[in-house]
Amino acid sequence: MISLRDVSKRYGLLRVLDGVSLDVERGEVVCLIGPSGSGKSTLLQCVNGLEAIDGGSIAVDGEAVHGRGTNINRLRQKLGIVFQQYNTFPHLTALENVALALRVVKRMPRRDAEAAAARQLAYVGLDGKADQYPSRLSGGQQQRVAIARALAMQPHYMLFDEVTSALDPELVGEVLQSLRKLRADGMAMLIVTHEMAFAREIGDRVAFFQEGKLVEVGPASQVLDAPRDGRTAKFLGRAAQ
Amino acid sequence: MLDYQFHWRAVLADLPELLGGAVVTLQVTALSVIVGVPLAVLLAACLRGGASARRPARAFIEVTRNTPCLFQLYLFYYGLGALGLNLPSFTVAVVAIGLNNAGFLADTYRSALQAVPAQQTAAARSLGMSFLNAFWHVVLPQMARIAYLPTVNQVVWAMLNSSLGTLIGLRELTGVTQFLQSRSFRTLEFFLLTAALYYVLAKALMLAAALLGRRLARGAP
Repeated sequence: MISLRDVSKRYGLLRVLDGVSLDVERGEVVCLIGPSGSGKSTLLQCVNGLEAIDGGSIAVDGEAVHGRGTNINRLRQKLGIVFQQYNTFPHLTALENVALALRVVKRMPRRDAEAAAARQLAYVGLDGKADQYPSRLSGGQQQRVAIARALAMQPHYMLFDEVTSALDPELVGEVLQSLRKLRADGMAMLIVTHEMAFAREIGDRVAFFQEGKLVEVGPASQVLDAPRDGRTAKFLGRAAQ
Repeated sequence: MLDYQFHWRAVLADLPELLGGAVVTLQVTALSVIVGVPLAVLLAACLRGGASARRPARAFIEVTRNTPCLFQLYLFYYGLGALGLNLPSFTVAVVAIGLNNAGFLADTYRSALQAVPAQQTAAARSLGMSFLNAFWHVVLPQMARIAYLPTVNQVVWAMLNSSLGTLIGLRELTGVTQFLQSRSFRTLEFFLLTAALYYVLAKALMLAAALLGRRLARGAP
């Protein structure tokens, strides 16, 4: 379980996270929605320890992410993260992108790592692209390489940070398809998204963020169709326009 | 003045000795690059760090870039000699030219380091890589691609600079030439031949660099 308790973070005077508490169970899919700058992406970065927190605690399977004694490199292997801007490694082929951490972190022999990487690329539908460099791939394909790269580490949880926001509209579908497949396979996911229809479809629960606060969280259909909080309703009204 | 008689035969008979000098030149060049490049990477990292790392690195760069390379050789050869530390001229040439390489490459490497997006490190770290692994496997290769050509220029420059070693008694290409021309008095022939040899060495380095560089360009758009 990913467990956030009263998490706070500020940049100078700006409170980007303000007393956020949220749990994600194994196998559960939680979608984070809310206006830009509301702290959703920062939250994901905090969960995998790329960002520090100023208050509260975040635990993954009972281990504190920001704890002093925590081996963050080991803990991060449980948490795959995929970024808005793909961040594929440009000097490596698709296959090498996926195999690199298997060799360096998991210390797998090159052949085993590449065989595992090939399986992950096939999983996201990129079998034929293994030897291509990112510069030769479309945004959607690069994003799927990034998903395969994270999945190769066999994480318990996947964090998705607006993974379709930088994509051309016609490329969004292929990336969302990979997420659907993951859900069907029981992967626990924390998904920051602006695609309301997708959040409704894939989310067990939806959490609405505004100004660093978790305004409302509940079953996807309840939050999206019958929000209890006026701020959620207002945001959804604007998003629907 | 114009009735100079070229005598190439005697000069060409000494070619093996000249080539021996050229080998020393290449050794000094190669070792000075091996000293200079890692040090320049370290300096670049220091320049991006806190004040306690940045200030000494900046001071080192200022001194190496703004004093003559010959002075730097003298400093290590006669300066340390005055303190009782008598280093062989080969060692001095390698160290002094190596430090000179580092000083000239450090700022280039700093900007190359800056040009690799921080998100690349974040992506590598998110996979569980240590800071050093992320640097070695993800940042450094991308940095190398950007810094490659300036580095090649510096290698050629180091090779030409190594001729200063003559002045501390090093028998590299220029030193050997000096010796041979004073023995035979075929001054012009020897200097022309040595100029040609330097030219060939520099071109050979550029060619080797171009071949090696093709691997670095992997994945470039």
